Amino acid sequence: MRLALKLAFKNLWGAGTRTVLNVLVLSFSFVIIILLNSIIDGWDQQAQKDSIAWEFGEGHLLHKQYDPLDSFTILDGHGPIPKNQLGITPILVYQATIYPQGRMKGIVLKGIDSNQTILELPIEKVKTSEAKFPVIIGKRLAESAKLNKGDEVQIRWRDKNGTYDANTLTIVDVFDSNVPNIDNGQIWMDIKTLWEMTDLNQEASFFVVDKNYKVEAFSLWRFKSQEALLKQLKDLINQKKTGQAIIYLLLMAIALLAVFDTQILSIFRRQKEIGTYIALGMTRSRVVRLFTIEGSMYSILALIVGSIYGIPFFMYLAQVGFAVPPADQKMGIAIAEVIFPIYGIKLVVSTILLVVISATIVSYLPARKIAKLNPVLALKGKQQ
Amino acid sequence: MAEKPIISIEKVIKNYPVGGKEFRALKDITLSINKGEFAGIVGPSGSGKTTLLNIIGSLDAPTQGEAYVLDKNIAELSHNEAAKLRNYNIGFIFQVFNLLPVYTVFENVEFALLLQKNTVEERRKAVYDALEWVGLQDHAHKRPDKLSGGESQRVAIARAMVKRPKILLADEPTANLDSENAHGILKTMKMLNKELQTTFLFSTHDEKVMGYLDRTIHLRDGALEKDIITNKTNSV
Repeated sequence: MRLALKLAFKNLWGAGTRTVLNVLVLSFSFVIIILLNSIIDGWDQQAQKDSIAWEFGEGHLLHKQYDPLDSFTILDGHGPIPKNQLGITPILVYQATIYPQGRMKGIVLKGIDSNQTILELPIEKVKTSEAKFPVIIGKRLAESAKLNKGDEVQIRWRDKNGTYDANTLTIVDVFDSNVPNIDNGQIWMDIKTLWEMTDLNQEASFFVVDKNYKVEAFSLWRFKSQEALLKQLKDLINQKKTGQAIIYLLLMAIALLAVFDTQILSIFRRQKEIGTYIALGMTRSRVVRLFTIEGSMYSILALIVGSIYGIPFFMYLAQVGFAVPPADQKMGIAIAEVIFPIYGIKLVVSTILLVVISATIVSYLPARKIAKLNPVLALKGKQQ
Repeated sequence: MAEKPIISIEKVIKNYPVGGKEFRALKDITLSINKGEFAGIVGPSGSGKTTLLNIIGSLDAPTQGEAYVLDKNIAELSHNEAAKLRNYNIGFIFQVFNLLPVYTVFENVEFALLLQKNTVEERRKAVYDALEWVGLQDHAHKRPDKLSGGESQRVAIARAMVKRPKILLADEPTANLDSENAHGILKTMKMLNKELQTTFLFSTHDEKVMGYLDRTIHLRDGALEKDIITNKTNSV
């Protein structure tokens, strides 16, 4: 094996430009695969962390008639808060219409305890306001409704008897969150204010639970764990991963095609050399191994070359992050303006194995032909 | 009691498929070569010299008949057994040198030993001994493309002799050399034959080579035409 490695290295070294080109193409694939995956992994972790911090907590306890994805369930999807239940923060959801600059816009009012600490939502800011209806909104709604901090906006809603009511909301803060689910078309206020507005005292549509919550069966409420809530996000990220896998498989295919092509060309052009190896006493299997190792060594050299320019690049990117284009941030999923890539051991090792094993396979396939070569014709350099 | 021949060819026939037909390259050849001979298979192009040499070198096998080299029946050897026979006992010298271009002179000569189980020091000593035989110890770190034809062929001789094989097969070794280099090479080989008792078997139609041979085996159209011993002193 040591001999084969030594010979393979010398042959590659001697091949000059051909080796350089193959190694560069392969190293580029190696770096791109790690880069794409690390960005996705970084996004995955950031999105999960933000979703937990801003929306999910340790899970949701939902009213059985309330479905967050179906606005028709808002009207009836609420009920009395269970008594003596630890670790739950109630949220009441209610529909309303605002009139920013005279234009009508349907929104969802969400009431949450202004003393809550489970979510990062800066709802405590409503406590210090002297306005009658102080609220906070996210930057997305602020942008779409052209509202700013300190603005007042007319709101109209129907109370529990179906009677329209109207008043003026004061925007006391515009918060910046990576989670669009708590921002788009939503206005947050103290739950007590919303109870007062809707006459739904001590009622909630769902609860965000914390670590103190112990799962128990309720007739009116159903529990959705953090894992179940994150599933949709994970599914979406996995879908994105699959899409990116196609890109890097294409890249790999191009790089491996170069190695495969070189191997075919090597065996085609180096017949005399192969014949000489056999005449000098090398077994055919050893010659096959030599050529296979030569091909595999492209991947090893690619890892070394890729590390030389890839590691500083990855380190730089880990510090400054990867800027997400504004269009991507409007996709409706939790995504930060800057994603910090995550380079896990699993990612690096699996990429190394993928590149080395693939290169070895595409090197072995053409090298198998050597076992069938006639050494006499090979020595004469005749194509077989 | 006479020593057993080192090479024994008995009624060997070799056919090749050519254009859908069988072409007979060797026709019922029988001969034997003793240890330490400096012999040559002589004949015009297409007479079957190289075919016979390839069979003796276990690179090819007879279609019929038996070829014994060092008591091994070539037709019965597996690929690996044939490789082992070549690795330890047979050296090759080719018309176009067949040096490995990416290796230095030292590495080309060392190559044959790398396939055996020698220590680094043993290899180094053997390589420099071999380069000394051919007068190229100062060229050890040059690459083949920096050598003249004569120097390249001397490297090929060193590569073939470094493992001290029992048999050395040389296929038209002087065909690409000028007269002066050819004589130099032949003198070196003759010297090695005498000093190391290596059996040399040439394939040639070069008059210069024939002048050095102790025995000429003449082939014509694949058949043995005549077998002439010119100097028996070398034959054991």
